[in-house]
Amino acid sequence: MSEIKKIRNFSIVAHIDHGKSTLSDRLIQACGGLSDREMREQVLDSMELERERGITIKAQTVRLDYKAKDGNHYQLNFMDTPGHVDFSYEVSRSLAACEGSLLVVDSSQGVEAQTLANAYLAIENNHEIIPVLNKIDLPSAEPERIRTQIEDVVGIDASDAIAVSAKTGEGIVDVLEALVSRLPPPKGAANVSLKALLVDSWYDSYLGVVALVRIVDGCLKPGMKLKMIATGAIHEVDQVGVFRPKQDTVAELGPGEIGFITASIKSVSDCKVGDTLTEAKNGAVEALPGFKPTVPVVFCGLFPVDNADYEDLRESLGKLALNDSSFHYEAETSAALGFGFRCGCLGLLHLEIVQERLSREFDLELITTAPSVVYRLHLMSGEEMTLHNPADYPDQVQIKSVQEPWIKATIIVPDEYLGPILSLCTERRGEQDQLTYVGNRAMAVYYLPLNEVVFDFYDRLKSISRGYASFDYELVGYRENDLVRVGILVNGEPVDALSMIVHRSSAESRGRQICERLKELIPRQLFKVPIQAAIGGKVIARETISAMRKDVTAKCYGGDITRKRKLLEKQKKGKKKMREFGNVEIPQSAFIDALKMSDR
Amino acid sequence: MTNKLNPYLSLYIHWPFCETKCPYCDFNSHVRPEIDQERWKRALLSELATESDLYPNRKISSLFFGGGTPSLMEPDTITALLQAVDQHWGIGNNVEITLEANPNSVEKTRFKNFRSAGINRLSIGAQSFDDKALKFLGRTHTAREVIAALDIARTTFPRYSFDLIYCRPEQSMDSWKEELTFALEFTNDHLSLYQLTIERGTPFFSSHRDEEFRMPDEDTAAEQYEYTRDVLSCVGLFPYEVSNHATPGEECRHNLTYWRYGDYAGIGPGAHGRVSDSGNKLAYHRISNPENWLLQTEKMGTGLQKKNKLTPKEILEEMVLMGLRLTEGLDLEEVKKQTGRSIENWVNPDSLVLLIEEDLLILTENKLQATQEGFLRLDSITSMLLANLA
Repeated sequence: MSEIKKIRNFSIVAHIDHGKSTLSDRLIQACGGLSDREMREQVLDSMELERERGITIKAQTVRLDYKAKDGNHYQLNFMDTPGHVDFSYEVSRSLAACEGSLLVVDSSQGVEAQTLANAYLAIENNHEIIPVLNKIDLPSAEPERIRTQIEDVVGIDASDAIAVSAKTGEGIVDVLEALVSRLPPPKGAANVSLKALLVDSWYDSYLGVVALVRIVDGCLKPGMKLKMIATGAIHEVDQVGVFRPKQDTVAELGPGEIGFITASIKSVSDCKVGDTLTEAKNGAVEALPGFKPTVPVVFCGLFPVDNADYEDLRESLGKLALNDSSFHYEAETSAALGFGFRCGCLGLLHLEIVQERLSREFDLELITTAPSVVYRLHLMSGEEMTLHNPADYPDQVQIKSVQEPWIKATIIVPDEYLGPILSLCTERRGEQDQLTYVGNRAMAVYYLPLNEVVFDFYDRLKSISRGYASFDYELVGYRENDLVRVGILVNGEPVDALSMIVHRSSAESRGRQICERLKELIPRQLFKVPIQAAIGGKVIARETISAMRKDVTAKCYGGDITRKRKLLEKQKKGKKKMREFGNVEIPQSAFIDALKMSDR
Repeated sequence: MTNKLNPYLSLYIHWPFCETKCPYCDFNSHVRPEIDQERWKRALLSELATESDLYPNRKISSLFFGGGTPSLMEPDTITALLQAVDQHWGIGNNVEITLEANPNSVEKTRFKNFRSAGINRLSIGAQSFDDKALKFLGRTHTAREVIAALDIARTTFPRYSFDLIYCRPEQSMDSWKEELTFALEFTNDHLSLYQLTIERGTPFFSSHRDEEFRMPDEDTAAEQYEYTRDVLSCVGLFPYEVSNHATPGEECRHNLTYWRYGDYAGIGPGAHGRVSDSGNKLAYHRISNPENWLLQTEKMGTGLQKKNKLTPKEILEEMVLMGLRLTEGLDLEEVKKQTGRSIENWVNPDSLVLLIEEDLLILTENKLQATQEGFLRLDSITSMLLANLA
């Protein structure tokens, strides 16, 4: 247990790619957490996927031992945080366990949308913020300009901002010194009953369920009987430890310290993140302010390409959910795609990551339906329902009104792309809140329906701005709008996987778009096949796939009928990948391709 | 029992050699620098003898020498084979005996000898009357040689037919009209007109995949097909099968046996047979590779590779696949005779009703026939009819 005055708990917040992970690595290295030989690039991003995509998904923590210039040894507890908007919830959790933050800004790119969002989160958590100007080794670096920008845009004092190059190591010691001198030590008492915040939990194949805790008051030791205040569950502590970043057991954790425990907890869901831990006997009565539970905001269907993989998918989703409490799933059936699951995620990136992890770690080929948001429906009966799946949309006549989630989006973009970006926002039913300038870049703040953002908004934004726009959002609540469900019918039968909820004004064009795509994708059949988009019973767009003109084997070779019969067998096998729509059979791949195209 | 019901047998004899291999052809044909004609004659005679021992009391209804290029056989070999067939089973007066021939292997004296050997119907692989097209198709003869060969055929054989390949890359409707009109000048009472298809494993398959040429689209193919059937019907050469036309009574009886699912035996490399025996339908085929067939036949008297009993379901599938290719349609009485199943016991009623409503099939008391529209889409129709067959 360290003297509380010599503990500093901090996070690093940054926009994606501004060098947070490299800086973390340098800090660990400078404190001898790992030898150079052991030093792997970006040790904290342990998941293969995280390393590859250069983003952090799960929060991680490391205890560093730093001998400062004042001659004292300090315990620095570093909480790494995810940089992406989808995970702002995890960011807040990590921030709640710390007293200060390093705000890392790329000194050539400057303040970006997530710099802002994450800085505000840190301010909300009463953090002492140390601005860090990274990448000063780059020829294009303009630390002085960016320093002013931080003051102008974020609104914090940046006169003491530290210029560093995480790449070369320049300025790293200054950062460590600043942590010691500028951040306050945690507050807390050792000799009172235990009060610890459950920051995170995950499943480790060797240790079982591991809980990450921040001690507020008291001490935590192996053998103690712990009570979780929210759930009332009691567990005996097996191990107490820290990450340096290698896992290391310690005798105890004292006030202000951050570490992990194992306590024969059966599943991650038994650890309610944000819960308060105390002693089973004579424990604290009052819980620490916890966190709001995570609520998935984006839903989509996940289906195995090969129906035989359904059980594997179920198992894989279970494993995934074990480590990701913000991920939800339930079984779903679709006429077009077979058996699958409806999955809820924190955002589009989260969804994409889930998909990639499933295909990578579990080797599953998947089909994803178009993402949808959570709607609130007020029915004529006076009932209210929340809708996760457009396929479950009730008959239009039963609906009194529909509400959809809105977001407040911040977009920072070089001036020359502003025009088309503003048109994009308007086209997506956006309402302008602010338009200001950050140097030669514009910052637009818009209110937008999330529904319009999950539908290829990021991609449009990126392509319009050639990748220069940065984007962040927060949910701001629900609003009533004139929304309708557009159903897609092939040969008169609904294709549930393609139905969507859209604003009435764009229903026709979106419906037409899908019909046109399907017309391209569905091969000609023996009979002509109508493709329709409809609101309720009213058809709003229609295409027809004309019947095939010719399909006959010209020459039937001699008496070799076996060959023809084999061909027939092959066709029958091919039918397994077909879906029946009335009297026609349509290859499942046509729907998969239609869905892929709507992602774009 | 079945022997009494079906005393007829059609006999196919395969000659597996060609002078060159055509790039569209995926049939069992091979190019060899030298062929020991005597040795091949002995082997074919030996397999024929074995086959006649298996199915002795039959009446030969037709004979067909196919290939390969069977006109490259020595006329003497043909004479010997026909004599052997006559000895084993007897060949009646009206038995159709066809020989496939290439225009460039036609020599007047040689053809007279084929005729003397007993061939009474010649089928010439003309393929086109256009020199450029012949070159593209890998044929080693010219249009002039085609015309000369047809002249000889007309004067030498009582019946003859020729094949053309159309719907070739870049062949327009107009050029096909012109070619077909020209072809009719040389037509007697039978014509086989095949649209070019690209078969896996042929040189055309890879050059087509590599986009060295483009095939006409589905609509063009359909138009040319419909035109062809209409025009030939007008001149009295009625389509009696998907790609075959004849004046009534002049249809190729041998090929009709396949389509009507009668009994046929096959001799020579890669030949197939379907023979009713003791209440079973037997399916068999010979070893395809010429040298392997030859060695086994010399050792064991036959180059048989596989022989098995067909299940009633397999018989049914084969009858539907073959029978619907005929204008006369599938004989439902015959299906019932060979499989024990009447149509309501094998067809999916929803599919059948739909196909009839859409004017693709016609059902009469004992025939199921494709309509003009149906012929164009026959593969999809048969696969729909047989989709859920149990």
